[in-house]
Amino acid sequence: MEQNQVVTVSSSPHLKGTMSTSKIMWNVSLALLPAAMWGVYVFGFRALLIILISIASSVGFEYLLLKISKDASVQDGSAFLTGLLIGMNLPSGSSFIIPVLASAFAIFVVKWTFGGLGANWMNPALAGRVFVFFSFTNLMNTYPIPRTLISSTGDSVASATYLSSVKMAMSDQVLTQASGSQVLSHLGTATTGFAQQVSGLFASMGINLSPYTVDAFFGNISGSLGEVSAFLLLLGGIYMLVRKIITWHIPVSFLGSFILLAWAFGGLRNGNGLFSGEVLLPVFSGGLMLGAIFMATDMVTSPVTYRGMILYGVLIGFFTFLIRYYGSLPESVSLAIILVNIFVPAIDRYVKPRKFGEVIPPVKEKKEERA
Amino acid sequence: MSRLPTFRKGGIHPHDYKELSCSAPVEELPCPDELIVPLSQHLGAPAKPLKVKGDSVIMGEKIGEAASFISADIHAPASGTIKEIRSITLANSVVCDAFVITVDKEAQPVTFEKQDYDALSKEEMLAIVKDMGVVGTGGATFPTNVKLMVPKGKHVQHLVINGVECEPYLTSDHRLMLEQSREVIEGILIAQRITEADTVIIGVENNKPDAVEMLKQTVKEMHVDITVMALEVKYPQGDEKQLLKATINREIPSGKLPLDVGAVVLNVGTAFAIYEAVAKRKPLIDRIVTVSGEAMTEKKNVRTPIGTTIGALIDFAGGFSSVPEKLVSGGPMMGFAFYDHATPVIKGTSGLLALSSRKKAPQTACIRCGKCIAVCPMGLQPTKLYRYIDNRRYEEAMQIDLMDCKECGCCAYTCPAQLPLVHAMKLGKRLGRK
Repeated sequence: MEQNQVVTVSSSPHLKGTMSTSKIMWNVSLALLPAAMWGVYVFGFRALLIILISIASSVGFEYLLLKISKDASVQDGSAFLTGLLIGMNLPSGSSFIIPVLASAFAIFVVKWTFGGLGANWMNPALAGRVFVFFSFTNLMNTYPIPRTLISSTGDSVASATYLSSVKMAMSDQVLTQASGSQVLSHLGTATTGFAQQVSGLFASMGINLSPYTVDAFFGNISGSLGEVSAFLLLLGGIYMLVRKIITWHIPVSFLGSFILLAWAFGGLRNGNGLFSGEVLLPVFSGGLMLGAIFMATDMVTSPVTYRGMILYGVLIGFFTFLIRYYGSLPESVSLAIILVNIFVPAIDRYVKPRKFGEVIPPVKEKKEERA
Repeated sequence: MSRLPTFRKGGIHPHDYKELSCSAPVEELPCPDELIVPLSQHLGAPAKPLKVKGDSVIMGEKIGEAASFISADIHAPASGTIKEIRSITLANSVVCDAFVITVDKEAQPVTFEKQDYDALSKEEMLAIVKDMGVVGTGGATFPTNVKLMVPKGKHVQHLVINGVECEPYLTSDHRLMLEQSREVIEGILIAQRITEADTVIIGVENNKPDAVEMLKQTVKEMHVDITVMALEVKYPQGDEKQLLKATINREIPSGKLPLDVGAVVLNVGTAFAIYEAVAKRKPLIDRIVTVSGEAMTEKKNVRTPIGTTIGALIDFAGGFSSVPEKLVSGGPMMGFAFYDHATPVIKGTSGLLALSSRKKAPQTACIRCGKCIAVCPMGLQPTKLYRYIDNRRYEEAMQIDLMDCKECGCCAYTCPAQLPLVHAMKLGKRLGRK
């Protein structure tokens, strides 16, 4: 008989889904790829080097930990993803030591000291970026001009980002009662011919769309090398949504709360009234898209329940708005995400899914609980 | 077309593998030479043996008697002699005594003729259901007479019949609904008479459109007032809590029973067993078992005498076509992996699967993706429960409702870190109870 065959005896279920930790990590990396490639295209070979150095150092440090403490893993792809994200969060003009330092901080301090994969309380890549930003502010604050703009300016010297130019102009009170786009055009910031055409096309349909917004959407702006193309980042986000790696909750609540606040109160800073803030340009510029789609959705450092995710997203949107519009630093998205990362354990403690068959207590009782 | 009804919270969509066996008509398994009939085939106390070694038994004769309120009678699936009573281990790891019956192939075959039962009162019918050892055939094997006994002051609004069969691979209920829909519906009507339910709903997942059609047709032909409801395919809809949410949109609170929301839930197989018990006085001594899985040579639905060993079923299906990684009794999501080919088929055995090995990703630390929470149909937080249990903090796990977990396996199925979540829940419940 076949009694001698060895069969496995284990707890149910005996069927498993196809998702795995490494599959998630590699898929997120894949989703980032178009935006990263765009960064390499517009900022040149140096951008590629920055990305490669950053990935190599992240994976290298993780490997080192594997050798030392045995409780790290390289195959799961998380170190690769951290490295890729760090690279994409740096300006292509950074010194080559910057990505190495950022990776070291991310892997050693943020990830490993807290217990490795799954145990860190803040996003390692973001922490790495913020670490080098505050340590080397001068090196980090000069952004090369994208290739697509060079022809229109004829000058490839590093420039400021949209956000920092607008912020500077605001504090110098160059203009009052002007939107970000108006400030940029007053400063004579360059746009691509393509953006002007698109803008013109919309104008002929009676829609006011600034060419700066168009450039920001497609990625013809200065910035960290992986954050410039909102369009390709969105594409990556859609890919992750389809593959069910992320859900809509964090990106939508983050962007939604930021958009609402920017629209409602964003105009006040420029001396305009309520509900007059410019929305599209702020959303597509800076690290907002990269942050909302790839950074805030980091599973380890975001809440585990849908309700918690929405609260988390709304809070990040709120802090991003505050720091961007009223803070003195241009690092709004990174700081807002890290700030809200701190609240995540509290969110997970108090925000629970509704239990099956549970009767939702009346609102009154909830209020008493708070007091 | 509008969307079909289903439960809202959580759930997963595994591939159902039903195509392997759903078109195989039910075959009769020739009675093997030896049967192993356990005294504990149901939820509750094991039955008291009525026979001793050496006694001869006749097919359908009562050989074990319910030992308490929640317990069930056991009958001889074939005529023969009791070779011995010995302790065995069932597929679900329950250790109990079992009759080993040497089947007498020469014995006069016993037939169960259909009798007129219209004159019976509901108490009489209930007594017959108990007497014939009917238990739920969906897997939980709860004594059916206890379920049908509606306490005074309670009123059953809905009798919900479970034809969902949400476990992948299993097709025994599917074939039953197709081939014996009339008997199933007669059984349902008997149950309706016993419980005095106002309405009857049969819930069937829409991956069995032929069964839905067949039931609708039969209901029409018999001129009875039964709603056949096609449901969206989603696991674990076959659980009574999810089924009631899907069909009558009511949620059973934690620790309560279907009766508390005015419903009684029965499996189609149970309805069939009720029919056989009341109309034919045939005890529950055989059942349809789906024999399937990639490593099984032939995929079949087999009407199998209770007590048949798994080995005999495997032989009937032509043995293994490849080396199976696991032998599973029941469905792949909640069934039990076991190894002994001498394990008998019992009243709750819905399937026997020989599963091939599958590609496995390595286990990693929890990455807090929250997917387990999203798929948990009970609204629990498996990741948190796992963390407590892993750290032996059973008290705290109990406080966040570990006992509400029904081990459906959605969390473990989904977990990208490949954590043994259901295993931990089972462990936590056991160690936490003490």
